Amino acid sequence: MALEIEIARKAFRLADRGERIVFDRFSLSVAEGSIVALLGPSGCGKSSLLRIIAGLDTDFSGVVTNRPARVGMAFQEPRLLPWRSVADNLRLAAPGLTDEALAALLAAFELEGRGGDYPGQLSLGLARRAALARAFAVEPELMLLDEPFASLDRALHLRLRALLAQRIGAKKITALIATHDLDDALLLADEIIFLEPAPARIRGRLPIPAPRGSRDENLTKLRASAAIYQVNDAPGNGNSEGAT
Amino acid sequence: MTRIVSLCLFVALWQVGALLLGPRYLPEPMAVAATLLAEARSGALAFNLGVTLARVLAGFSLAMVIGSALGVALGRLTWLDRLVDPWLVIVLNTPALVVIMFAYIWGGLNEVSALAAITLNKLPNAVVTLREGARALDPALDEMAKVFVFSRLRRWRHVVAPQLAPYFAAAARGGLALVWKIVLVVELLGRPNGVGFKMNEAFQLFDLRLLLAYALPFVALMILVESFVLRPAERSASWWRRHGA
Repeated sequence: MALEIEIARKAFRLADRGERIVFDRFSLSVAEGSIVALLGPSGCGKSSLLRIIAGLDTDFSGVVTNRPARVGMAFQEPRLLPWRSVADNLRLAAPGLTDEALAALLAAFELEGRGGDYPGQLSLGLARRAALARAFAVEPELMLLDEPFASLDRALHLRLRALLAQRIGAKKITALIATHDLDDALLLADEIIFLEPAPARIRGRLPIPAPRGSRDENLTKLRASAAIYQVNDAPGNGNSEGAT
Repeated sequence: MTRIVSLCLFVALWQVGALLLGPRYLPEPMAVAATLLAEARSGALAFNLGVTLARVLAGFSLAMVIGSALGVALGRLTWLDRLVDPWLVIVLNTPALVVIMFAYIWGGLNEVSALAAITLNKLPNAVVTLREGARALDPALDEMAKVFVFSRLRRWRHVVAPQLAPYFAAAARGGLALVWKIVLVVELLGRPNGVGFKMNEAFQLFDLRLLLAYALPFVALMILVESFVLRPAERSASWWRRHGA
């Protein structure tokens, strides 16, 4: 069953008594098992949308239907419990996790031997990987990733993206990935949803039929296919050819 | 090492002071030690110290348990906080002596009134500290727990309790110092035993040796509790901070 999001209205109250409307008659349907990238400039409501889908934000008029029971989420920050080891952080989120499954997960995210470490001992890149491993640990039917590569250096960004592409393709899960980086969207998603700045509207949907494994070499062609949506990249995020 | 030197210096100054002032104003350390020994032999010292310590522990535990529960509730529920906060300010600013007198007048000169007075004097302090702790709870971790469907117990044990632990430890440390001073006043005003009672007796006889013979072991006991129970407990409450940033 497809995940259906209907938001009649969502606004944030501002300090000066005004309000900022983030969604106004917004609707989105995500087919079961498809991986969707939400692409748009910072502040266009991507995070708000993920929080509404996750059930963290209920202060809106509208409804989310067919939200599966098991949801995995990676926030913009790792949000690990600093007083529990990496392994315990995973176990707490996924109580049924066996020792073998835990070891396999840590290995998949290149965290071998770090299970006993505390989050404070990890670099940001490692902490993010631990947070992603935690999201996968619950064997989610729905995966929500909020800017999973934000504030990582370029090399780490690429490695983690490759890791995620491999991981996400291996299991049949519905996933929404919020990003402002066109390449991330092109390499990870089955479909890209281009969002306009708030109040968010869908400017266009771009399906990507090419298999994930072969996208790296066709990246230039893929970028060209997205050009009709006039993606304006924030400077310094690594996509030099995305903009028209 | 410096601490030992400092302590020796303290005793030396005391000796000099005693020689200058005379036994009427400051008895010599050896004279106090003799009285202390005599009280210890008769069993009176151990009994009174024990009674006082029991009151300190009972009042302290009661205040910490009730105060923590109330403090966390106030930190989480804004409406309750608005309702209770003025009362809290009143109790915080009521002199301990007044609370003790009311307790004795209303409840009679008994152990229950004494315990109530001790608890009430410490309570607002614990409430305020734990309220700060509850207000400082990280909403980001709360959301994480929600997304990953932590059970209530799991959330309290692994998300909330570790965040409150440093506040609890701080309340406990400040609390003990407060409680034992109050216990002495409570005993002085209305109990027939305990260190406070003995001090009152010493005061009425102007017996400085007896006063010091009870004051010193009591202070020593509290310092021991502070440095061997409370401080390690506080350290272990935030042990994870030492693992990197």
